[in-house]
Amino acid sequence: MAGTAVRGRLTWQTATVHSLVDETASVRTISLSVPDWAGHRAGQHLDIRLTAEDGYRAERSYSIASAPGEPVAITVERLDDGEVSPYLTEELRAGDEIELRGPIGGYFVWEPALSGPAPLLLLAGGSGVVPLRAMLRYRSRVGSSVPVRLLYSARSWSEVIYRAELARLGDGVQVIYTLTREQPPGWTGYARRADQAMIAEVAWPVPQAPLAYVCGPTNFVEAVAADLVALGYPAQQVRTERFGATGTP
Amino acid sequence: MSPISRGFHRRHEEAEPAGRVPPGQYVTPDFPVLSAGPTPHTPLANWTFSIEGGQSPASWTWREFQALPAETVTVDIHCVTRWSKLDTTWTGVSLDVLLGAVSYDAPYVLAFCDGGYTTNLPVADLTGGKAWVAYSYDGSPLPPEHGGPARLLVPHLYFWKSAKWVRGLRLRDVDAPGFWEMYGYHMYGDPWREQRYAGD
Repeated sequence: MAGTAVRGRLTWQTATVHSLVDETASVRTISLSVPDWAGHRAGQHLDIRLTAEDGYRAERSYSIASAPGEPVAITVERLDDGEVSPYLTEELRAGDEIELRGPIGGYFVWEPALSGPAPLLLLAGGSGVVPLRAMLRYRSRVGSSVPVRLLYSARSWSEVIYRAELARLGDGVQVIYTLTREQPPGWTGYARRADQAMIAEVAWPVPQAPLAYVCGPTNFVEAVAADLVALGYPAQQVRTERFGATGTP
Repeated sequence: MSPISRGFHRRHEEAEPAGRVPPGQYVTPDFPVLSAGPTPHTPLANWTFSIEGGQSPASWTWREFQALPAETVTVDIHCVTRWSKLDTTWTGVSLDVLLGAVSYDAPYVLAFCDGGYTTNLPVADLTGGKAWVAYSYDGSPLPPEHGGPARLLVPHLYFWKSAKWVRGLRLRDVDAPGFWEMYGYHMYGDPWREQRYAGD
């Protein structure tokens, strides 16, 4: 588990909101102009700090949604009982300034050298698709031909983030959806929570030495990672990232 | 000078007395799960807890470990991802008992775990009634996703130092980074000084 040592100090800096894109009714992508960005790896996250007029501060971590080399972007899901996400998804405007620092993390990252020619298996629950989207964009950007399957579990078609972009990926990338609560008329895809049978159908065969990245709420990640291990995936080939605390992010 | 976010304000009134929650943290009633890979499931028959690297190494089977004197403690825990959980109750064996069974003069340890996770700690942060190997949470066996069968409990440091699925300690003369520390997290991790990342 050799890691890239990132031992430099991470300092707070002021970034400017460049543009805002509504991905779904409750999810927004925020592109940022960051004056001093050393670059990031696909899958890393950053910290945002907001300061209120009375001096109150709140910090949260968000996965970086853009590929290395692209302007920094985060994709934020509004949580009704949240403190930071409603502000970021509803109040924030282009030109506003917010503080951030990063990039952070170094295990839940993908780059071509990590997987070599072996296929990639990406498993997303809800907004867990965000760091995986950074990996997909990076794959396109560097012209990698590594075969990819993305299983994306969402509650309904209208809650699928990056829908148009995922439809355009083509060329070596298969996107498989499961819609767990509500399906459009004529839906022929999966319509249940990810389970062992589904993972067995979607996962690359073990002899191909696939590398798997799983991101989503805890119950999704726990179940899917356990299913992969049961299929024979070595634990060190299954990298996980979880969220799901109330109020996070 | 931090930019002011107009329209941003505190959503939740602080219910906790001042001084209870470290800076940059918020209190959650949940018990979030964070780990870098699948949850390991080691049969108790194969489980041991070992202290390596001292003049007299020691190792306990699960049965022997259960026979050691246990303590039940109620502590606050603080995760570097910013959630804090107050008044959590754990049962386990004090590191004073475990380290008392070996002779050593090393000032640091590397905790090692099923699944390959490691984290580094000063011995001084494990002794003096500050740390435990906990196998019970809230009166029940510790669930696997929270580190069961047993995890370190070092509540005065960020919770990644409370290594899940812990299987032992390696005593060391020199401090060297563990898993998250190698990826840029702080070598010590004091939540009251917000030592989240290297250089904080």
